[in-house]
This record gives sequence, C-alpha cells and structure tokens, in this order.
Amino acid sequence: MAVEARKSDFTGKAHVALNDPKLRANFRRAMDGLMTKRAAQFADAEEWTSLRARGAAIRANALAKLPELLELLEANLTRNGIKVHWAETVAEGNAIVLDILQKAGAKTVIKGKSMVSEEMHLNAHLEANGITPVESDLGEYIIQLAGEAPSHIVMPCIHMNKVEIAELFADKIKNLTYTEDVDELCAAARAALRGAFAGADAGISGVNFLVAETGSLVLIENEGNGRLSTTLPPLHIAVTGIEKVIERLEDVAPLLSLLPRSATGQIITTYVNMISSPRKPGEKDGPKEVHLVLLDNGRSRVYSDVQLADTLRCIRCAACMNHCPVYTRVGGHTYTFTYPGPIGKLLSPQLEGLDCAGDQVHASTLCGACAEVCPVQIPIPDLLARLRTEAVHPTSVAVKGGGSARSLADSLGWGGWTAMYSSPLVYKISTRVMGLVGNLMPASLPMLKQWTSVRTKPKFAAKSLHQLARERGFSNE
Amino acid sequence: MPAADRPDSVYFFGTCLIDMFYPEAGLAGMELLRREGLKVVFPQKQTCCGQPARNNGHQDEARAVARLQLDAFPGDWPIVVPSGSCAGMMKTHYPEMFEGTPDHARAVAFSARVFELTQFLVEVLDVKLADKGRPVTITWHPSCHSQREMGVLDQPKALLRQLSNVTLVENPREKECCGFGGSFSVRQPEVSAAMVTDKVNSIEATGATQVVSGDCGCLMNINGAAEKAAKPFTGRHIAEFILERCHGR
Amino acid sequence: MSSAKDRIMARLKGAPKRPASALPDWTPPAFGDQRMARFRAMLEAAHADVHEVPAAEWPERLRVILADKGVGSVLFAPKTATGARLAQAWSAGESPKLVAYDRSVEDIKDQLVHEVDAAVTLARGGIAQTGSLVLWPTPDEPRLMSLLPPIHVAVVDKSRIRDSLAETLSAEGWNTGMPTNAVLVSGPSKTADIEQTLAYGVHGPKELIVLVIEGEVE
Repeated sequence: MAVEARKSDFTGKAHVALNDPKLRANFRRAMDGLMTKRAAQFADAEEWTSLRARGAAIRANALAKLPELLELLEANLTRNGIKVHWAETVAEGNAIVLDILQKAGAKTVIKGKSMVSEEMHLNAHLEANGITPVESDLGEYIIQLAGEAPSHIVMPCIHMNKVEIAELFADKIKNLTYTEDVDELCAAARAALRGAFAGADAGISGVNFLVAETGSLVLIENEGNGRLSTTLPPLHIAVTGIEKVIERLEDVAPLLSLLPRSATGQIITTYVNMISSPRKPGEKDGPKEVHLVLLDNGRSRVYSDVQLADTLRCIRCAACMNHCPVYTRVGGHTYTFTYPGPIGKLLSPQLEGLDCAGDQVHASTLCGACAEVCPVQIPIPDLLARLRTEAVHPTSVAVKGGGSARSLADSLGWGGWTAMYSSPLVYKISTRVMGLVGNLMPASLPMLKQWTSVRTKPKFAAKSLHQLARERGFSNE
Repeated sequence: MPAADRPDSVYFFGTCLIDMFYPEAGLAGMELLRREGLKVVFPQKQTCCGQPARNNGHQDEARAVARLQLDAFPGDWPIVVPSGSCAGMMKTHYPEMFEGTPDHARAVAFSARVFELTQFLVEVLDVKLADKGRPVTITWHPSCHSQREMGVLDQPKALLRQLSNVTLVENPREKECCGFGGSFSVRQPEVSAAMVTDKVNSIEATGATQVVSGDCGCLMNINGAAEKAAKPFTGRHIAEFILERCHGR
Repeated sequence: MSSAKDRIMARLKGAPKRPASALPDWTPPAFGDQRMARFRAMLEAAHADVHEVPAAEWPERLRVILADKGVGSVLFAPKTATGARLAQAWSAGESPKLVAYDRSVEDIKDQLVHEVDAAVTLARGGIAQTGSLVLWPTPDEPRLMSLLPPIHVAVVDKSRIRDSLAETLSAEGWNTGMPTNAVLVSGPSKTADIEQTLAYGVHGPKELIVLVIEGEVE
C-alpha cells in the first residue's frame, strides 16, 4: 500500500483548534498538570543539571558511534535469538512486518504503544491485508475506537475529556452501560481487551532503548499492556527507529531517570521491561519468536548533517510539547504528521520534506521553553532556525525539500530589508520617513491587518532614538 | 562586582524597535547609566542586531546587518542593550553566525561585551534606587530570550524590589511566551492572537495596574492587545519605569 | 541489489565523523540508613502495600492478608523455594486454593487470563530510589505470574534492596548476562490516559503486595 503524500496545513488546522473551546480547555488543563508534575521531579537544580548533561552525552555518543553500535546490536541480538530486519522506508517496514505475520499464519495482533508504528501507518497496512490489529494501551485503544490519530506522543487521547470517552465507550463497547467513572471505564477496557490478549496470534510493540552491549530491548510503560503484548502471544515483533540504540546497559539508568520524570512527572514507570531473547527451552511463557524491525525512513539523511543530527538524540519524553505555548493552544492534530509539538516541528520537515511540512518550522516563536526542559539538551530553537534557513536556501541539499520556500517576493523583501539595515544612511532616511508618515498606514495593509485583529496599531515615534540621543548630547563615539 | 571592573564608559545599542517606536525607553536606559557617572556612547552608525533575518532563515542578510554593528562598536567598552532579545541575538548567535568567516574573532569579542540593561545595572554597577513615586502595584513580564538566552530573570526583579512604593506581584504564567515571536505574529496570526490574549488575561488577573518588561517587542504585543481589549493596565519598559520613579513622577 | 541494511549503513558511514566525548560525572542517589524507608515510601506512593515480615512468618501473614481480600485462588511456582514454602505452610488450615504454574502457557492460558485471583513470586531484589522490585522470571517462575492475576504478591529479601538502578546494574554485573526477560515493577498497573485521572489495574495487577523479608528467605 502506498502511503499517501500529505501536506501540512498548520494555519488552517490551528484555526479549527483555536475555535474549539473544549479542545483548548482539555489541552490547557492537561499541560498545566504535566508541567507542575515535571517541575516537582526536578526541583533539585543541581541534580537536574548533572543528570541531563549525562543523558545528553550518552545520546550524543551513541549517535557518534551509530554505525558501529548498530552492527554490535545486530550481532548481539542475533546471538540472543532475536531476528533483526532493516527497513529503509515505511513501505519496506510494513512489508517486513506483514511477511513475518503471514508466515506465522497470524490473523490478529495485539499492539503495545508504538509511535514508529504510527509513523508507518502500520495498522492500516495490516487491515488492508486481512490482519486485525488491536491497540491495547488505553489511550491508543480509545483513539482506535474513535478512528483518530494520537494527539500526543505519550498520552495519545489527551485531546479528549472524560465525557467524550464515556460516550465513545457506551457507543462502541458491547453491553456497556454509560458511565463517566474512570475506574469503571478502565475496567470496561480491561474486560474488552483480556480476550484480545489471550487470542492474539502476535504482539507488536515499540522500543525505548536498544542496548548494543547486551542485545536487549528496553520498553517502559505503566499499564502492563506492553508486557502482555510482548509475553502472551507466541510471536513478538518490535518496531523502532535506527537512532534508538545506546552503547551500554549502564546508560539505561540515567536515561531512565530522565525519561518518565520529564514525560509524566513519575519517578519511574510502573514497568521497565528488558527483553533479551525469545522463550528458551524449559521456559513456560514468552514468545517463541522475537523480531526487531529497524526503520530508517529518512533518519540516516538527518544523521548526515552534524547539526541536524541532534534531532536524533530525542528519547520521546514529550516534555517539549508539554511546555510548548503553541502546542498547548492548538493540540497535536494541528501538526498533521505523527510527531506533534516542537520535536515534531523538527522531525516532520526532515522526514517528510520541507516542501510538505515547511510551515511547521515557522509555527514557533522560538521562545525556547522546549529546549529548557529537553532532558537530552536538543537545541530545538537553533535547529528550527537552521531548518528555516534550509527552506529558503537556493542550493540546500541538507534537508529533503530544501529551498522550497524560496520566492522572488521573499528574496526582494529581505534584500530591501538588508539594504536598509546595513547602511547607516539609508537607515537614517528610512526611519525619518517612517517617523513622518508611518502612522498614516491603514490598518488594512496585509501584515497590519493580522496584527490589528486583537491589537492596536503600533505608533511610530516622531523622533528616533538616534535623533534624541544627538539632541541630548550623547556622544557618537 | 569589584570597582576595578566598573568601566568609565559604555556603549548603548538602542535596538531598531526602540529607535522607531519607543525612543523614550532607550533614552531612559541611557539616563540610568549616565546617572551612575558613566560616559554613555551612542554610535549613530548602529541599526539592528539582525535577528529578524536570522529567524527567517536569511543568514547572509543577517550577517550583513550584524557586520555593521561589529563596525559600529569598535572600542573595548561594554555594550549595553535595553532588550533581552537583541542582547541574546548578539551574545549567543553572533559567534556561531560568523563561524568560518574572517569576522569570527571580532564577533566573539563583541559578544563577550554584550550586557542586557538590567543585568548591567545590577551585576556591574550594583545600582541603588531611591523611590520617589506614589504607591503602585506592578507585575513583571520576562521576555523569552532574556530569561532563556541571557539568564536575566532575577536582576530586573531585584531592581524593582528596591523601589519602596512599588508592590511587585508575580504572574503565575509570567514565563510563558506572549506570542510575539517577530514574524510569527503575522505568519501564525491566530495562534499569536490566542497567546497574547491569554497573556493579557493573566496579567489582568494579578491585579497590577502596570506590567513592566525589558523588551519592547513583547510590550508592543502586550500593550496593543491590552489597549484593544481595554484592559485596566498598561505596559512600560523597565528603564522608563525606574527613571520615572527616581524622579518622583 | 544491495540490501536495505547496506544502503542505510552506507549513508551512516558516509556521514561526517563526529567525536564521542567522555561522559560527564553523574552520581546516582544513595540513601544510607534511610534505604528501607525510601523503598517503602516510594512503593506506597505508587499504591502498593508493603509489609515487613520476619522470614519465618511470611506465608502465614500472607494467608491473613489474602483472606481479608477474599482471595479464592493463588497461582504459585511449585519448584521454587518460595513456592514450596508457601505450599507447605498452607497445606494445613483454611487457605486459598493454590494453582501451580507448572506447564507451558499454552496449556493453562484460560485459567491464567480469566480465573486466578493472585500470584506469589520472589523478587530478585529491590531499588529504593524508585520503589522498584527487580524480577528475573525463570523457567520455574514464569513471566506471566507477576502480570496476569489481579493481585501480585512479591517476596523480597530486605538485604537485596539497593539504592539505585545504576548500583544494581553495576554491582550485579547485569551486562555480563541478561536473562530472557528482566522487569522492574514499581507498583500496580496504572493509567492516567483518561483526563489524567489515575486508575489502577487497567491491564496488569490492580494490587501489588510487597512482603519484605528480614532474615533468611527459606
């Protein structure tokens, strides 16, 4: 199945989201809660500083050694009995997963949460080929019932409130009486999914960390559905990106001390699952086959640029979106592609192309709230600025779709700007003119019109600071 | 700060926004420095730090404008900037922008001389303020770049707390961006509008009658929205606010 | 035709080299004589029940705890010391029915998924910083025991509680040989996916009972 080429429409989707008071209230409440919980976890600034420096260095070093670590990982996983597959594209990844399932005669699949499987649109591919995937993470289960995509990478249904979920469950789960009680809703999901777990022919999961040294897959979760998906069915397929590898097992400790605390403000997730082999002779449970699909989908191209490769440090904690004033107001679906928020604004334009997702690199005030909380120190605003440069660069080759935002009007506009601000004389004349006539500009002019939708017109001063400084006797040199 | 580190002269970089829209804020900043016995030099060649071009991906254009500033401030004196955003551009981005160019060394030296105004008043001059104004309740708005690129958050508050008749109330959402973001405000006008609307509402909720800030970009945004919505507060640049208090107005 | 791996690796190897650097210092937390207090506090904050019990008394204490909860059947591992001890102690008197996990999951799946009320396992150790149990399931004590029944009882030797995961990994040399599956468990199964409201037992155990044993675990 060909994956449909999509184009970001940030402005249009933001318009819809901004005019949905319920959605905005859901996000504001959720993000406020997540920010408070994270802040409580990192109240000790010294601990935060040293831990995050360690985490950032572990990820940076893993990327520095990425080719060697991937070779080591494959060797160790293979030795452990886990079969490794490489997919250059989403289509290849989907074909590999389908092939494994078909060879095993699998008809139903239980899924643990996996953003890479969302990136692959794996569920659609499986359904088109007669295999039924059932999402088992409660949030993923809810949005699968609703026929929606995740709006957050850690809390997929964060855009919905209790009442919306209660209505959905009453509508979709057989014999369930309408309830808004969260415990009852969870019990209903547990009951509905128990049979799905028991009957599934295979489990599919994501991976948080791939440990090269030991050949281990580390998965973290709170519900137990990740453990069930990777333990109960006879076949387990893990899908993840090639960048998830780390060198040593001991690297897991500091990263694990950063990830859940940054994500949900928990000191640790309920379960930390380390898988290093399929069921061994004599063992009574666990899958008899374990596969790992390593997806590239543009990551190796991102890797080729030393600066942009910092994007690949990401450990998917979502702290950047939880703290983003833009994400908080427009929600995850505004970003069109799989990864929303600040990290999405970096990933989507690079994976999908600046021609498809270029508007996202400008959907930021560069306020830096994201970088301030990033546990692996990704300089998100600097990378956004870099992508803005690639978008208008005439000979950009570093990023897919580079140069696509270049236009004559843009070049002329900035040419004029530069002429004004790089010449003291032109600048002096221009500011004089603006001081005299600037306030006569009608509010209906293109940029002023947008500005004045909620603001009054800025007022040009009659005399510039340059003039006043001279008049008040401030020396020129 | 030992007295030896106290210079006898400083440069003042006024910023293009202040130059065209808020010159009184710039003048107040220079007066505050002059009151401390410093010679304040305002090079007439200066224009803009170049941030608008950089943030829109036009690196060559940003460098051309930045290079003029490197030329305009040739001496060794500190360069004091009444804006955390422009100061952040000059301090953190000039060195990387000129990397691999013949201007790199002087860009690095230039950036080392850059101070945000309140940072300079507190850390270098250790100024003492005497409040002659009437009682007033204010709140502080830190610009994103002042708090995150310049590390300036406590310094302006320390100055404001020296003013005996000024009650500074904290805005619980003070650290959240006001939604200006330069071209962001016209590229994503609706998101920007939502952000500034929330910002002025959070300021109003503090009960302050004035919001004081060190950045005129934020102030243009916040004041414009507050005025349009007829909010019961106005925004002031900290230099103007402090100078007025010291003069008893 | 080259393989996907070859093409991916060629791009990675063709990328500009970047230096790896020495890792900055980082010291995991230590709790000294507060280790047990921390372990308990963190587990209790995560909604687990923690009982400190002398080694000789744990099966009896557990019988009382489970009886109070009206537990009817308990999954156990007959070939482990923990399981044998439980079976021996519970052989007399009114005890919940013991169900042995003594065959492959395929032959006992329905019972595991739908019927047993609780399961008892040994934990290899504990971690004070995060209030975590360290489980290394074995052929005799399989993975699903700590996962499928609504109540999980973990027995942990107090002397095997360490300060942090970092300490556990290095002191026990995990990197020299990982088991099929190692799990850290830090409370009962939970979710906050609905309006950030905490709810327990959405998929795994709804209750976690931790018996911290002092003295020799028999």
